[in-house]
Amino acid sequence: MLTVNVILGVSLIAFLVVLCFFLGYMERKVAAFMQVRLGPNRVGPKGSLQIVADTIKLLFKEGLTPDSSDRFLFNIAPFIVVVTSMLVVAPIAFAKDFQLYDIHIGVLYVSSISSMGVIGILVAGWSSNNKYSLMGAMRSGAQIVSYELSVGLSLISIVVLTGSLNLNEIVLSQQNGWWLFKGHIPVMIAFVIFIIASTAELNRAPFDLAEAEQELTAGFHTEYSGMKFAMFLLSEYINLFVVSAIAATIFLGGWMPFHLGTWEAFNHVMDYIPSVLWFFGKTFFIIFIIMWFRWTFPRLRIDQLLNLEWKYLLPISMINLILVTVMAIMNWHF
Amino acid sequence: MFITNYISTVYKTIRSLLKGMKLTGYYFLHPREIETEEYPDNRATLTMADRFRGEVIMPHNEANEHRCTGCQACEIACPNGTIKIITKQEIQLDGKKKKRIDTFVYRLDLCTFCNLCIVACPSDAIIMGQNFEHSVYDKKQLKKVLNKPDSKLMEGVE
Repeated sequence: MLTVNVILGVSLIAFLVVLCFFLGYMERKVAAFMQVRLGPNRVGPKGSLQIVADTIKLLFKEGLTPDSSDRFLFNIAPFIVVVTSMLVVAPIAFAKDFQLYDIHIGVLYVSSISSMGVIGILVAGWSSNNKYSLMGAMRSGAQIVSYELSVGLSLISIVVLTGSLNLNEIVLSQQNGWWLFKGHIPVMIAFVIFIIASTAELNRAPFDLAEAEQELTAGFHTEYSGMKFAMFLLSEYINLFVVSAIAATIFLGGWMPFHLGTWEAFNHVMDYIPSVLWFFGKTFFIIFIIMWFRWTFPRLRIDQLLNLEWKYLLPISMINLILVTVMAIMNWHF
Repeated sequence: MFITNYISTVYKTIRSLLKGMKLTGYYFLHPREIETEEYPDNRATLTMADRFRGEVIMPHNEANEHRCTGCQACEIACPNGTIKIITKQEIQLDGKKKKRIDTFVYRLDLCTFCNLCIVACPSDAIIMGQNFEHSVYDKKQLKKVLNKPDSKLMEGVE
């Protein structure tokens, strides 16, 4: 049993690394096309090996530790960040009957572990002994503390409807239609709020205040180089995948095929498409939307960022939660 | 009043964000709009715009004649001493002495491509060329003499 678990864990990590290669390539291509450019097109067919070349370059770079930094914390911070982002993948159901860690408080587990990643960022910023790193880390702390609320409230609105925290049961409850369509407008609002708030939690543009290339050089990972820097990059892409997978599971039915109420023939045709394709199709759709945000919207200032959360997203999601609760009690959803 | 303001802010924000997403989405779905030129590959067919300023050149006609009278207006106009004109006295057929250019020295490494020399030239002797591949291994090669050897002033240019 232990060996099986170890093999599963190692293959999951390998899968995540390969996935991150792909996401890095996808991001650069999406960015290029949206900016009327071609993107990487020299290494490999259509530039598909560009990320491999970049990784090899990073492997040969010196892993520098600044003189006056806190050596232990500085070296352990990238591992904290990567480990927390990999932990969140565990309870996600990738396909029908394929889940590494079936836990009955899945939603709680995901939201609590994913907010632990900020500890790694704070440690990285603090131990670098660099004012830019510290400012980036502190901003990231403020950002995640605020946006965690909206993410939690929009997840709770689906938990209210299903009455379960188990991710598997949430998927099974969408047998006759995804929550995005079954839950009318309130769930759509919750979905939009989830996407916005989780983009902020990912520290991606337009909410990239922790990195803030323009004013903080690279924020919390200014002092990192070589593979330690690659670790931060890796965790960023794993987080992107995780957030999209959670959104797909909660709002778009995870591996559940697209079913329309009582149309038996239509539902049967949809069942022929393998569930793993459904899961990854939905996940990549949401990843694409988050990338679309990044390459379209202008960045926010820190005060605008906190305004957006505390004056708009949080009140709206609170009222929305009440609406969803009323809907659940009165059985207005399908 | 507060509530209407609040709602209209949210509405306007979402509307303008969707407008932006529509534009980038359009570009994403229409790869033909891509402006990138894959430079070393398209070197054979590459054409620069007319207004492109690659380097200062002095056109010569088939008889190896140029239009430069050696008035040094360009040398005075140049803000950072890129152009240096060395003149000589030439005896004409009718025995009169006239000022002609000996060497027109142009230092590409100092040039900022500001176009002021071309504007200052009264006889259109120098123009901006289209060549932009200037990299050399020795910076002495960037010091160029623009008038060709044994070239003469064109007939009728004063």
